[in-house]
Amino acid sequence: MLEIKDLVATVEDKTILDGISLTVNPGEVHAIMGPNGSGKSTLANVLAGREPYAVAGGSVRYQGQDLLALAPEERARAGIFMAFQYPVEIPGVSNMQFLKAAVDAVRAHRGLDELDAPGFMKLAREECKKLKLKPEFLKRGVNEGFSGGEKKRNEILQMALLEPSLALLDETDSGLDIDALQVAAEGVNALRNAQRSFIVVTHYQRLLNYIVPDFVHVLAAGKIVKSGGRELALELEEKGYSWIE
Amino acid sequence: MSDDINALIRREYAAGFVTNIEAETLPPGLSEEVIAVISAKKREPEWMLEWRLEAYRKWREMQVPQWAHVKHPPVDFEAISYYSSPKSKDDAPKSLDEVDPEILDTFEKLGIPLHERAKLAGVAVDAVFDSVSIGTTFKEDLAKAGVIFCSISEAIRDYPELVKKYLGSVVPQNDNFYAALNSAVFSDGSFVYIPKNTRCPMELSTYFRINELNTGQFERTLIIADEGSQVSYLEGCTAPMRDENQLHAAVVELVALGNADIKYSTVQNWYPGDEDGKGGIYNFVTKRGVCDGPNAKISWTQVETGSAITWKYPSVVLRGDNSIGEFYSVALTNGYQQADTGTKMIHLGRNTKSTIISKGISAGHSSNAYRGLVRISPRAQGARNYTQCDSLLIGERCGAHTFPYIENKNPDAILEHEATTSKVSDDQLFLCRQRGIDEEKAVSMIVNGFCKEVFKELPMEFAVEAGKLLEVSLEGAVG
Repeated sequence: MLEIKDLVATVEDKTILDGISLTVNPGEVHAIMGPNGSGKSTLANVLAGREPYAVAGGSVRYQGQDLLALAPEERARAGIFMAFQYPVEIPGVSNMQFLKAAVDAVRAHRGLDELDAPGFMKLAREECKKLKLKPEFLKRGVNEGFSGGEKKRNEILQMALLEPSLALLDETDSGLDIDALQVAAEGVNALRNAQRSFIVVTHYQRLLNYIVPDFVHVLAAGKIVKSGGRELALELEEKGYSWIE
Repeated sequence: MSDDINALIRREYAAGFVTNIEAETLPPGLSEEVIAVISAKKREPEWMLEWRLEAYRKWREMQVPQWAHVKHPPVDFEAISYYSSPKSKDDAPKSLDEVDPEILDTFEKLGIPLHERAKLAGVAVDAVFDSVSIGTTFKEDLAKAGVIFCSISEAIRDYPELVKKYLGSVVPQNDNFYAALNSAVFSDGSFVYIPKNTRCPMELSTYFRINELNTGQFERTLIIADEGSQVSYLEGCTAPMRDENQLHAAVVELVALGNADIKYSTVQNWYPGDEDGKGGIYNFVTKRGVCDGPNAKISWTQVETGSAITWKYPSVVLRGDNSIGEFYSVALTNGYQQADTGTKMIHLGRNTKSTIISKGISAGHSSNAYRGLVRISPRAQGARNYTQCDSLLIGERCGAHTFPYIENKNPDAILEHEATTSKVSDDQLFLCRQRGIDEEKAVSMIVNGFCKEVFKELPMEFAVEAGKLLEVSLEGAVG
């Protein structure tokens, strides 16, 4: 699915990722943990193709192609989805309009017809229901005046509709109370299957109680310093990040 | 992203073709003789010629206004031809069947079919080509309702009493430099009269097209809504791509009597000049309406995407008690376009209300200014105004400016003013792209969202057109 080799990434000539190697197979959930500034969010952003992160070395292969050669929208159409830590507002553009434009773009890439408006509406409403979002939610501007929890659930809603192969969750737990966290995690768990892989970036172990990972990697100063199973996260919680530094 | 912006600031102007027809064009320059020739060509009565000459004499005493936030070389008023009409057997075509097929084709290409079989459903169109109205559709249907919709030239001949009473009553001859020039040389335009207690049975529309080289277009529109009547009027404009700047100096006067309601919508897409700022239309326009009776309402909605320079302030004089004025505007500038546009709301009557929603979008190297005046007179007890000015910047080299003026002489009045400036942010664009939406589509979606409050004021067919127009005008604005 995804093969990262010796990835080096910089921002304004400062090295943030300093030789990351990671292989993600279909259906696996990998958690990336680490203290602030360790580069864990950068990893998600580099994989999604965001500026101003620049790749200075290494390679990333995704489903057999050179991921780094693709524009962000091409990566998205190829099935890479990123759930943002801070989802941005787009005033005046209704969530429905935005979602349909996204789904149409991805479907077109997959050689599928555009969904007609009523068909899409039905689909979107069903997904809203699963995430305990009222249908009015679709009429509001994208993230416009949404609470922290609504913003994150909106990210999960987009993920559900776009059906990615690889989902990057960037600190999805940040700013969420425990109830909102559970709803978001249930949304993610419902999307887990044998083909779909996840990279879950988080500072806290807490999220991993709900989204249980197959592997945990700990980042420090742009390097993976420790990898393990689920138990590594618990050990980290107990001992703190100073343990691995 | 700024390198990509450079690479992508390219626009396609779909209406930029030239129609090859034989035209009769007056030599450049302006004098009393030229005005007499224009008046004679239009077989005008003596009083009209006198009115024009009076305006011309006033104009000669006036100075070009310099206060607008725009820069351009001085216009050489002697280098412009003040009259051009498609050559036809007679003075003017008597019916659409006599109109040169090339011209009908031109309007067809612009999406305005005029001939019987393909007329736009539910919209009556007056088409103005250079200086002449070449035809008005649905005339008979409108006549049944008592509605007069014809070219201003016909109105001068056929309805002199209405024209004499109202022409210049809202925008006096010496109102400003360009209005005075228009009063002297205006060639054609539309005339509308809606009788008392009549709801106009269809949308009325005028489509303006400049074709000839070095020709100014000076149209004059006069709309009178008698007591208790209602009308919705649409105006569209395009011109060919030419390297020279062309002058467009129109005057629009609206008169809404007691309980009447006029809705005036414009989609302006004059040629904006090329990507280096060469060529394009200078659009110096005076538009004003008067609510001349209680409970009258005038609403201006404009979507301005064209012209090299736009200088335009559709205004409402709220004379009648409880009258309402509205101004909804989207002004988009790209390339080297400059816009200085806004409105004036003059509150004279009691309990008068006005709403101003202005959305300015600047891209490329362009400059976009909102200029607005809200004046509350001492007797305008209970007057209210709400103003909202939002600016959206795309890229790093454009500018947005806001010049709001408020003159309040009544302590009872309630005035609200809100202004915001925002950018199409990298984060917004990245969110869209991360969802598979390409960048151009993303920008157009973001801009359309920004303009939503104005678009919802447009008649249905126009709202769709306006959205598409923004998309085309923004082509390549971002990378």
